[in-house]
Amino acid sequence: MSLWGKIIRTGIVTEKLDEVPVPLRFRGAVRAGTQECGKCHLCCSVCPTGAITVQDGLLQVNDRDCIFCGRCVQQCEAHYLRDTKQYKLATLSGALAETAGNELRNKIRRVLNRSMHIRHVDVGSCNACDFEMAALNNPIYDLQQYGIDFVPSPRHADLLMVTGVVTRNLTQALMMTYEATPTPKLVMAVGACAAGGHTFSDSYAVRGRVDQLVPVDIYVPGCPPRPQALLYGLLLALDRL
Amino acid sequence: MEQEIIGVGDLRAVAAAAYDHGQNSLLAMFANDERTLNGNFAIYCIFSLSQKPYFKVVKAELPDSAAPEFPSLVPVISAAAWYEREIHDLFGLTPVGHPDLRPLVLHENWPHNQYPLRKDFDVHTPVPVVSDEYKMEYVHGKGVFEVPVGPIHAGIIEPGHFRFSQAGENTIHLDAKLFFTHRGIEKAVEGLTIDKAFYQAERICGACTVSHALSYSQAVEAMAGVTVSDRARYLRVITAELERLYNHVGDIGNLCAGLGFAVGVSNGARLKEELMRLNEMVAGNRFLRGMVVPGGTAFDITADIAQEILSLLREIETDFSEVLELLRENDAFLDRVNRTGILPRQAVVDLSVVGVAARASGVDKDIRRDAPYAAYSDMNFKVPVYTSGDVAARLWVRADETVQSVRILRQALSRLPVGVLKVEIPAIQPYSCGFGWSESARGSNVHWLMIGENNTIYRYFVRSASYANWPAVTVADPGNIIPDFPLINKSFELCYACIDR
Repeated sequence: MSLWGKIIRTGIVTEKLDEVPVPLRFRGAVRAGTQECGKCHLCCSVCPTGAITVQDGLLQVNDRDCIFCGRCVQQCEAHYLRDTKQYKLATLSGALAETAGNELRNKIRRVLNRSMHIRHVDVGSCNACDFEMAALNNPIYDLQQYGIDFVPSPRHADLLMVTGVVTRNLTQALMMTYEATPTPKLVMAVGACAAGGHTFSDSYAVRGRVDQLVPVDIYVPGCPPRPQALLYGLLLALDRL
Repeated sequence: MEQEIIGVGDLRAVAAAAYDHGQNSLLAMFANDERTLNGNFAIYCIFSLSQKPYFKVVKAELPDSAAPEFPSLVPVISAAAWYEREIHDLFGLTPVGHPDLRPLVLHENWPHNQYPLRKDFDVHTPVPVVSDEYKMEYVHGKGVFEVPVGPIHAGIIEPGHFRFSQAGENTIHLDAKLFFTHRGIEKAVEGLTIDKAFYQAERICGACTVSHALSYSQAVEAMAGVTVSDRARYLRVITAELERLYNHVGDIGNLCAGLGFAVGVSNGARLKEELMRLNEMVAGNRFLRGMVVPGGTAFDITADIAQEILSLLREIETDFSEVLELLRENDAFLDRVNRTGILPRQAVVDLSVVGVAARASGVDKDIRRDAPYAAYSDMNFKVPVYTSGDVAARLWVRADETVQSVRILRQALSRLPVGVLKVEIPAIQPYSCGFGWSESARGSNVHWLMIGENNTIYRYFVRSASYANWPAVTVADPGNIIPDFPLINKSFELCYACIDR
């Protein structure tokens, strides 16, 4: 088998963002239904990260805290909670938030000019989010087709993709990387640890979620977010959906 | 599991006898604060034996005092070095005679007099940030210079700090500062129910999710005295092999990145993606999270899914063997991987190295075969062993293991027994302890548990394969040129999250 033979036989495998549907067993965001809730609130007590709360008698699911384990849905006898298979859960905040005003948002997007360079910062992740980020570079997602790329240094970056719950031992690294990134800079909190910070309950070694240390502009829920969910978050930030 | 209880004064002699000059390896070593139970700290050592009962557990009791200490095992068992530093950091028990008591898990930001794994340390205690200097080891001499790397790296990888002492291109010494992603999981789960703590156990590491879930679940089941159904045992084997397969395929592709062979990187990443999509179809999660649970498995593998797995395996088998052929025939590639980063067999024995790294240096151990769990005793498979101990050997061990994984998957899928998916975990006798083990894509992975009141966690200890193997990287690297470090590092392919916890 020659090198060229293999390349030609494999052909082009790159896909568009929504080309492949999610598989049947994929759970996605948990949402409350329209029928009456049994009010047993078992879901709140079984949730490992405390992502479900009761507000004005109604259940609220916090996507940022959710680790998508599906335990609440299994326990819900009234079948009030259900999986929606929705993974496009990224939200904008900080400089990209609605409340920040169009002028600032447009200015940032003008500077970026539809393109973006990313530096990865692991501040205490389990490596699942990191692997999914690395998967964006594979020929199937081919991140570079969008004019987005990973760069080796924060000095070259527009965006920091931060994975993990901030540990004591990585606090300095996070702060120094943030300082080293030129302005205007954006920060994306990737996954339940970075965005929610409750994956590992109370610990002496953990400081919390990323926005407790640096301002966050994009939150991408998931444990870990699938590569398409990350891509959705990146394109949402650039207003290119 | 029977344990031999001894006084701390006898620890070195008893451990040396159990270790038997490396005939039996030190599988794990950890401490426990049992002062409220019996007035003592305890040091546990688990040795793996070549035959039944497979393990020997030694427990040394250490009475509470102002400055508790125990005889270091390092003079007789080198593999004890990291374990003892960790015990020193987290429990404040001093191993007397340890040659290097620098902090390991808690960095220079942590004050000297706080021991977070002691029971009287409340997790909400505010701990001041101190700024001591962390002393990295380096070589002095004319013309010798240091190269610091990390913890933030150039690629999308986990954080660690490396300090190379260089004589020109050649590395003469490597020191690694790790445990940056230390999340204190062992303490965080204390007091949680077995059910809830499981989600943290499963999230110690992404790439070893199934292995962690398995070791944890089997530890719980051993204590509870429950037997999972035959079907669940087979489903566990299938899940564990799917994890091994995507890891090995991805790791071989990624190894090509260590020498800039883009076709290898690209093909490895493409095939890994196919396998991760298969995982998502099986478990609803690309890392197979939520499949293996205490008591069995959460989902079934239906006939349809089994067919999907088998058909993808057929495709991948040919495709991947073609990719491997590209590597085997490529002189430029072989020139870089052959005789690079040699880990001597003796180092494997001395450091109790496990998994792929051990098998590539001529030590035939695989806990799937040596102490069978789940349904591995029903499976017919070979354990590939190479003797050259270089990057190439670790690569070919992985390559051969993918063939064996496919073989195991076919066997398990073709004779899936009937049975329930999951059995309930009954109330466990408070303060009983037990452990579970599994072979991750990196090697044996051990979880030890002591249960408190009402099925809550009293003490949890995790020793992943990467923990046993990291010190070996600093042995294999010196003598090589510094541009080969990424290659050598990738050939071990160790997790940081796994060891840091």
